[in-house]
Amino acid sequence: MTLKLYMAQRITALIMAPLVLMHIAVMIYAIQGGLSAAEILGRTQGSILWFLFYGTFVVAVSIHAAIGLRTVLSEWAGLRGMGLNAAAWGILALLLILGMQAVYGVTAI
Amino acid sequence: MPKEQQMSVSVWRGGATGAFQSFDVKMEDNQTVLDVVAWIQQYADPTLSYRYACRVGMCGSCAMMVNGVPRWTCRTHVNKVLKDGHMEIGPLRNLPVIKDLATDMDPFFDKWVAAEGLHHPTQTRDDPIEAIDPTNAARVEINAGIECINCSVCYAACDTVAGNPDYLGPAALQRAWSVYNDSKDANKQAILDAVSGVGGCHNCHSQGSCAVHCPNELNPMNAIAGLKRETARNFFKRRT
Repeated sequence: MTLKLYMAQRITALIMAPLVLMHIAVMIYAIQGGLSAAEILGRTQGSILWFLFYGTFVVAVSIHAAIGLRTVLSEWAGLRGMGLNAAAWGILALLLILGMQAVYGVTAI
Repeated sequence: MPKEQQMSVSVWRGGATGAFQSFDVKMEDNQTVLDVVAWIQQYADPTLSYRYACRVGMCGSCAMMVNGVPRWTCRTHVNKVLKDGHMEIGPLRNLPVIKDLATDMDPFFDKWVAAEGLHHPTQTRDDPIEAIDPTNAARVEINAGIECINCSVCYAACDTVAGNPDYLGPAALQRAWSVYNDSKDANKQAILDAVSGVGGCHNCHSQGSCAVHCPNELNPMNAIAGLKRETARNFFKRRT
């Protein structure tokens, strides 16, 4: 792990922490009155704010997890060099696609 | 007359491949693990290879794995490590084995140089000696690090070294941290750059085996945390 990867992982962690807390707080608040899925989607669909909120989270978590798994693959599976970086980029792409697909699903009109 | 007490000692024989060989060794009062190894070489098998020098915990030559734990053998009493009359002695972990209990220390010391744990002078020999305040915070930080005896126990204890052969390891990084805090060092940036690469301080998972096993009770993990802090600070500074 180089300094750049270390900083990218720490900075994404700093971004994720408040987003996770807000996500949990909003969930607890939203279900108080017994919101249905349709009512939740009614609020998130077409909302740029929710798109940015969860979009930022998906980007941060994808970078954070890809770097973390890169270290695991390096130390536990002995992957090195090109193979290691290719695996990390692959994990990043997969998490981004899956995450952004979900964000699109709840925020697109 | 009381019956002579014996212990059974398994000693690694061979290089990277080999096997443990068992020896029966007479138990004595105040016997160290190094005494046991020396006894085997002198009285049981003169072909046994091992390394030692000072026998008083200063030179850092005699570290070995005792029951799977890295220890300075000259200061480890047998009665501290003997389990049911048995102990196992092997070469240090994470280093190539030359023969039996002697490891090749080159990778360990090469990494000291790679971590830029070298003095970069600010003055020449013709200048007057610079006064150093012993209570200065940076100087106090160095105090612990300079007690390192280069025994490689921390290097053998480190699971990150085991998983990543590029990793510089606790001792080299602690040395880099000591030099970094030296007011007489002229190239702190070279140190930060040296510890920021593929095998740098950021690989440390803070598991703390180095601090647990260091025979001099030093804390390389703390030094590594210091390097992480300074490199992170510097990461933003260099961009502004």
